[in-house]
Amino acid sequence: MMLTDLTIAQAAEGLRKHDFTAVELTNAHVEAIGALNGRLNAYITVTADQATEAAAQADRNLAAGDAPTLTGIPLGIKDLFCTKGVRTTAASRILGDFTPPYESTVTANLLANGAVFVGKTNLDEFAMGSTNLTSAFGAVENPWRRNGDDTPLVPGGSSGGSAAAVAAHLAMGATGTDTGGSIRQPAAYCGIVGLKPTYGRCSRWGTIAFASSLDQAGPMTRTVEDAAIMLAAMAGHDAKDSTSANIAVPDYRAACGRSLKGLRVGVPAEYRAPGMSAELQAVWDRGVAMLREAGCEIVDVSLPHTKYGLATYYIIAPAEASSNLARYDGVRFGDRREGASLDELYERTRHDGFGEEVRRRILVGTYVLSAGYYDAYYLRAQKIRTLIQRDFTQAFEAADVLLTPTAPTAAFGHNEKPEDPVQMYLNDVFTVPASMAGQPALSVPVSLDSTGLPLGLQLIGRHFDEETLIAVGSALEKAADFTARPTFRAGAAA
Amino acid sequence: MSLDLATTRRIAKLARIGLDDQEIETVRAQMGGILGWIEILNEVDVEGVPPMVGTSQTTALPQRQDAVTDGDRQNDVLANAPDREGPFFTVPKVVE
Repeated sequence: MMLTDLTIAQAAEGLRKHDFTAVELTNAHVEAIGALNGRLNAYITVTADQATEAAAQADRNLAAGDAPTLTGIPLGIKDLFCTKGVRTTAASRILGDFTPPYESTVTANLLANGAVFVGKTNLDEFAMGSTNLTSAFGAVENPWRRNGDDTPLVPGGSSGGSAAAVAAHLAMGATGTDTGGSIRQPAAYCGIVGLKPTYGRCSRWGTIAFASSLDQAGPMTRTVEDAAIMLAAMAGHDAKDSTSANIAVPDYRAACGRSLKGLRVGVPAEYRAPGMSAELQAVWDRGVAMLREAGCEIVDVSLPHTKYGLATYYIIAPAEASSNLARYDGVRFGDRREGASLDELYERTRHDGFGEEVRRRILVGTYVLSAGYYDAYYLRAQKIRTLIQRDFTQAFEAADVLLTPTAPTAAFGHNEKPEDPVQMYLNDVFTVPASMAGQPALSVPVSLDSTGLPLGLQLIGRHFDEETLIAVGSALEKAADFTARPTFRAGAAA
Repeated sequence: MSLDLATTRRIAKLARIGLDDQEIETVRAQMGGILGWIEILNEVDVEGVPPMVGTSQTTALPQRQDAVTDGDRQNDVLANAPDREGPFFTVPKVVE
């Protein structure tokens, strides 16, 4: 077995038994990145030298017996987390060579837990997208291919680089952020595990903001146990984020393999959307059967406002984005375009610096917040958001966890992206409602479709009950026995 | 719903994003499509429903003490400035 094939749990054990060193583990990943990143473009920035140095320190700490869980584990960091002294781009031109003089809380927590960062992963610009095609640093290729078909496929988004890196074994795990599905949908497209924690579980401080009432950081890994290990290191109260919850972080790993006897799994009727493929329906049914077999009770639940989730999201998220992105003005940091007047400087800087999708969302957000439209759009959307949250509160009276598909389709080709933005937004139909209500949710790869691409199922939990997601997710993972690996991965690349 | 050119220009101006005539037309058409799709929300009865402003928080957010916790980082703050003069950010002349 190659070092890049290990899970985080296996590698942590191997390091402690001195089967290999942290430097060897990191170098194996850096070499794999060297071999494959030219093709996959999963990383915007590779920090090989810093990683080797950090790994050497990890080896000294392991030898001294002072080694928290993630000591020496090579991780990819979505390039939306500010990393001290390492260029942070948000995959946008507007940030130029921005090099943060500070470390985000989530990455600082991971560093304190001993993790080694091998690089900054690609994403949709400012995390706005479901394909990773909007990155100013180029598209990411999904390491999977359809059977007998070499068409490059999207990895999903916005955490597409993180998903591709983990799937191709170019990192043992990676951080993602999820605003409307940006951890779960790429995890499903790339056949890995993605966990969006409860809003407030991980600090948002130092993570470049998209929509502040929705943004939440989480782990992307190859197993549910690894997600539990990473989340434990990332989560926790932070006085620098007032929405960060002052609630103790449990031992998530202990929830793996917990008995599911009598646990109630809800199947929301409204997610059986018209037009769902028979194949996806069958995978969902199989997931239900697996959980029944594991001792769960299956119950029907209703989330009546599901069909309004996406439209509500596409008011709230752009509104918050238009406000958050007002800071990119070419004055204090980032790339500047000169102008004769201050307004001209702003307008040129923001025209050239932002890509088309980001501009579109800022404009929609500006519109729905503008005088005369605020009540009709933004205020109405906030009220419907209340109704969406009530749906979940009611569903969780009858069920302990919900099971749904993660995304309506498997990954599609770079050239098969819908031209109409509204069609594109439909990708998030199953992930957005949980985001709107702040619920934690987990995507687990379950099977391959008829073309050989991974499909994932989503578990949605009660606020701050990531443990149940991990318990049920690990059971689903065990029953599904998803062992397929992508065409392009460390050691197997053509 | 269709959006007119004048409104589109006004929104672009408010957002301080410079767009040429062709870009304005593209944006007008696409935003019109998005806003048309959003109209589905008009069928929801929101009478008496309070707007949601946070998610999982049931209590009011904490406020920290109004005290200085950080500072003396002039060089850190200015390190990424596209243009600076001494301890200042620069902008084009605003007042003649």
